[in-house]
Amino acid sequence: MNTHQGTEERLWNYIDGNSSAEEQSIIEKLLQTDMEWKSKYGELLEVNRLLQSSELEAPSMRFSKNVMEEIAKLHIAPATRSYINKKVIWGLGIFFIVMIVGFLVYGFGQMDWTADTDGTISKNINKIDFSKFFSNTWVNAFMMINVVLGLFLLDNYLSNKRKEFRKQA
Amino acid sequence: MSTGLNDNEIISKVLSGEQQAYAELVNRYQNYVFTLVLRIVKNREDAEEVAQDVFIKAYKYLADFRGESKFTTWLYTIVNNTCISFLRKKKLDIHSLDNEKVFEMADNQDSGMRANMVEQKSKLAMVSNAIGMLGPDDAEIITLFYKAEQSLEEIAQILSVENNTAKVRLHRARTRLKEKMETHFAAEVKDLY
Repeated sequence: MNTHQGTEERLWNYIDGNSSAEEQSIIEKLLQTDMEWKSKYGELLEVNRLLQSSELEAPSMRFSKNVMEEIAKLHIAPATRSYINKKVIWGLGIFFIVMIVGFLVYGFGQMDWTADTDGTISKNINKIDFSKFFSNTWVNAFMMINVVLGLFLLDNYLSNKRKEFRKQA
Repeated sequence: MSTGLNDNEIISKVLSGEQQAYAELVNRYQNYVFTLVLRIVKNREDAEEVAQDVFIKAYKYLADFRGESKFTTWLYTIVNNTCISFLRKKKLDIHSLDNEKVFEMADNQDSGMRANMVEQKSKLAMVSNAIGMLGPDDAEIITLFYKAEQSLEEIAQILSVENNTAKVRLHRARTRLKEKMETHFAAEVKDLY
């Protein structure tokens, strides 16, 4: 079954012109010597020919007119690149990377690296008191800023939606 | 009726405010878009509505077409996304190749198509009907490759997959199409080979 599938796949690649030069010459030899390959090639070639000559379907006569009537009510939206400022995206990316790096540096800075006696880091990690970090004023302040930013974005999103809805109405 | 302008020239005219120039693009590609949509959604009425929606979306976002790919590749990406949304709304799982509903729908079509086949006795109708029996994914990739004149690289771009994935999907789709033809149109296929 796998050999059969492999043969078909190789033959389709050959028919599509996607075989390498080496593979092409191997297949050409097989087609001259192997009757099974020759017969399978004939089948696939016929399917390929039929697919190429299959006809296109046509929509109703009014199709084009309907589309033109619909677009007459519309305006072309400005290109996305004209209102998305790449500098803002880069700025946001850099801000978050700096925040993550800052937290990592702060976190590792809080760890007592000398407390380890047997030289394994896994035990050291188990000793970390996470509650200490989450009761820290700076962490709480960061969380608060994130919540405020989240609410600000949500408000922006909802007011945009409201404006769109009013426009449509 | 044709203006003799290429796609990018027409798009420039539309973007500069000549809305009527868009009709040339609609006339040029309506059959391609409609065929592709019909083979995915499997229903003429729905296909008409979805294809219309595709051209309206393409017009609305025409300023986003940068000319880095062919206009048709960009247009067929809109077809793909619009059809996916449509099928999701219709609660059809288009990604499942073994999806029962798709095959049930194809089998239901089969009886009607068989009757049609008796009348038409045409090899081309047989291929068209066999494509209609395939799942939306298979029908789409076959149509993009054979009728929409898209290369494997362009198909990969339209479907947002790797080039090799597109190649494998096309191969599997053709295998399944051949199986459908051999199962449902055995007599006609016998004449073919």
